Amino acid sequence: MLFFVARRLLYLIPVLVAVSLLTFLIASLLPGDLAYVILGDQATPEKVEALRHDMGLDQPVLWRYVSWLGHILQGDFGRSFRTGQTVLQAVTERLPVSLELMLLAEIMGLAIGVPLAIVCAARSGGAFDRFMTGSAFAMLSVPTFLSAILLIYLFAVELRWLPATGYVPFTEDPTGNLRFFVLPALTLALAEWPGIMRVLRSDMIATLQEDYIALAKAKGLTASRILFVHALKPSSLTLITITGINIGRLIGGAVIVETVFALPGIGRLLVGAIGTRDLIILQGVVLLVAVGFVVMNFIVDLLYAVLDPRIRHGHA
Amino acid sequence: MSEGALLSIEDVSVDLPTPRGNLRAVDRVDLTVGAGRTLGVVGESGCGKTMLSRAVLQLLPKKAKLSGRVMFDGKDLVRLPPEKLRKLRGRSLAVVFQDPMTSLNPVLTIGTQLMETLQEHLELDMAAARQRSVDLLAAVGIPAPEQRLMQYPHQLSGGMRQRVAIAIALSCEPKLLIADEPTTALDVTIQAQILDLLAREQRRRHMAMILITHDLGVVAGRTDEVAVMYAGRVVERAPTPALFKKMRMPYTEALLAAIPKIDAAPHASLPAISGRPPDPTRPLPGCSFAPRCRYADARCQTEKPSLSEAESRDHLYACFHPVETAAEVSA
Amino acid sequence: MATLELSLEEDVTAVTAPRARRLGLLFWMAIGWVTFVFAVAILSDVLPLPSPTDMDMLERRAPFSFAHWLGTDGLGRDELSRLIHGARISLVVGLCAPIIGLSIGGALGMLAGYFRGRFETLVVGSMDVLLAFPPLIFVLAVVAFLGQSILNLTCIIGILGIPAFMRVARASTLTLARREFVIAAQALGATHARILLRELLPNVFLPLLAFFLLGVAVTIVVEGALSFLGLGVPPPISSWGSMIGEGRESLDVAPRLAFLPAIAMFLTVLSFNLVGDTLRALTDPRQGAL
Repeated sequence: MLFFVARRLLYLIPVLVAVSLLTFLIASLLPGDLAYVILGDQATPEKVEALRHDMGLDQPVLWRYVSWLGHILQGDFGRSFRTGQTVLQAVTERLPVSLELMLLAEIMGLAIGVPLAIVCAARSGGAFDRFMTGSAFAMLSVPTFLSAILLIYLFAVELRWLPATGYVPFTEDPTGNLRFFVLPALTLALAEWPGIMRVLRSDMIATLQEDYIALAKAKGLTASRILFVHALKPSSLTLITITGINIGRLIGGAVIVETVFALPGIGRLLVGAIGTRDLIILQGVVLLVAVGFVVMNFIVDLLYAVLDPRIRHGHA
Repeated sequence: MSEGALLSIEDVSVDLPTPRGNLRAVDRVDLTVGAGRTLGVVGESGCGKTMLSRAVLQLLPKKAKLSGRVMFDGKDLVRLPPEKLRKLRGRSLAVVFQDPMTSLNPVLTIGTQLMETLQEHLELDMAAARQRSVDLLAAVGIPAPEQRLMQYPHQLSGGMRQRVAIAIALSCEPKLLIADEPTTALDVTIQAQILDLLAREQRRRHMAMILITHDLGVVAGRTDEVAVMYAGRVVERAPTPALFKKMRMPYTEALLAAIPKIDAAPHASLPAISGRPPDPTRPLPGCSFAPRCRYADARCQTEKPSLSEAESRDHLYACFHPVETAAEVSA
Repeated sequence: MATLELSLEEDVTAVTAPRARRLGLLFWMAIGWVTFVFAVAILSDVLPLPSPTDMDMLERRAPFSFAHWLGTDGLGRDELSRLIHGARISLVVGLCAPIIGLSIGGALGMLAGYFRGRFETLVVGSMDVLLAFPPLIFVLAVVAFLGQSILNLTCIIGILGIPAFMRVARASTLTLARREFVIAAQALGATHARILLRELLPNVFLPLLAFFLLGVAVTIVVEGALSFLGLGVPPPISSWGSMIGEGRESLDVAPRLAFLPAIAMFLTVLSFNLVGDTLRALTDPRQGAL
């Protein structure tokens, strides 16, 4: 297990370096120069030159990358030239909102997808199974921003049950906070459950053919014990491998959902930074999100090993 | 069938729908097992012996159709409500499958898989179930049983896993144990150990056992009665000593000649019987074995011999040209 | 258990054919819808439609009428005309971006799967880096730095598709390269280029095509999401995504302004998914067996 962790950690380093390089290069794709963007209308050749020198923009690209990376390793991700806030401040302020949103969405997605998958697999080929499999396929074709609009229309405009936009911190008003989160999280969950259900269902169907399920039946165990204890765990391994892809989609979805529902999370910070051309914030946020994504995938790998004793003991 | 039998399989047929037509896996089989007795069911792969055992356990594939009665302990298992069937399975009706690599759940510990049956049927608390599990593992010859409880199946060898599977089957003191090719997937060197373990536990616990195998050598000396199956039908049935003294069905004779030698591969085919079993979706009008039988004549091609008590009251066979010479007993 | 195994094998071959026929109706409906959308998008300049950008401030959010079949939007522009012009954007970006992914990713994947070795390690490794970014974030960042235009949008989404196409092409090539006909061609002294183009490409192409159709669906969604956020195609060009985004403002008074483009987009995405998934099931023997 330790060896496994060490090997995965070692692979993480080149990926993270490459990710930082790519982020840096995207930022240097900017036509013209950052100095022009910052100075805007007041740009005169002398001022631009002076600012370029101050920011080190007249240095060679590789040198700029190394010094940028050096700052980042010391925890200095830069400072917004619009608000004066540091990238780290801006991100830590908004991170809890995004994390809460994604966590609630994943819980809701699992709460919808897992029971449906189990019921469908237990009665595979039946009317309910066919209906749900079809619905899941159709749901995969509904983009997040579509379900967002649909939910707002239904629950906020027509029924007036829930607020369409807004946010209060959990610490100030827990129930109010959750009320604001229901629709955004449900929007994301609607995109999550079809994938969860499809993967788990097909793995469950395969598992239910296994000899050990026949033996579990022959042992006289209850149907729920067979499904939840004997079949669910061996079937959930693929589900965990696709969690990495899911998180990527979830982050993308969070950007849209935070914008639609006006939640002050990372996604809204990103879209806002694009709107105001706050490029330092943009670069820092992209890097942090990518690093976070890589680390989450690493954790998913470890989780996979914990769940499958064969990998944990180095048999795979 | 006979009174007082623990299990009586009465006119059981199993049909599987396939795209090529109906496949009759088990064809009107009648068998009985008395309490504490052992029955050997012998036949080639595909003769329906596994389907028969699945029919008894009510573990047939969803599409399969079962007709006839399976009377166990006075109850018809075919028509038993699911909840009553569940209470019976694992409690008084237990099974050991062929391949211990696939019949134990890879993600649950040995302890969980043993204790869950005890807790389900005997309503033992954790500590009692644990203690009994340790005793069971020790009884089936597993060293350091306490440590094994925490281990996963992949950490054990094939023979050890089959011992665990046997311990699970024995855990609630069943009245009937069905062992479906319990040694086929195992190393030749440990096959005899497992068989002896099964025979010993069977006698000690006074339970009935059905031992399913493709190897006549396995049932010799370990069973009270033998049923030979071919193409879904029982073609010869006799008390074990009588059968080995004088086998009448040419197929049984061929099977005996095909007993694998100790150095042969564990699942080797039967070289002594030429040809292949008939296509089960295309039943023959005559004897199913006729195409491969060296005694077969025109009558065997057109007329199906029935299982009859031609030899004696308890030695039945289905053949127009029974083997006359006494077979040499090699097992 | 030989009889059972026998029957299961039979199941596989016999069941796939009727399944393809059973999927038939939905499959052809999807093809029909895609053809229809293509046709109106191509013919949009010839069709007698009002301009999609002419505003009529007196006819704002007008209901369905003979002059405006699907009414007008918040700026009095003809909704039907905007929908049809929006289809052009969705289809142009939706088709062009996966073509980039298909050609570059397909080529890299085939080369990696055929030559193996360090080249393969390099290709797979660099794809891992590209995959380390959540896709939408990557697109947003690049568009923000590079500027909003249809061309930029198409290129970036296309590049992001490369890893997926690479994986499909590599996996197919890996299995095919061990098959008899490739080994035979090698034994006959065929050049690498000939084997790749004449022997492998025709066989790798079908799985790639199926994946391409799924890629079109994903691209339409991503383009829609960006336009919805106001970061896709620049106004006043109409796109389904931007129309939904604009319609969001008037959900309470005229929900159809959001839902009409939403339905059009849903049906198109669903159709591409259906056709792609059917093709994938036909080309993937593993899926056919399930």
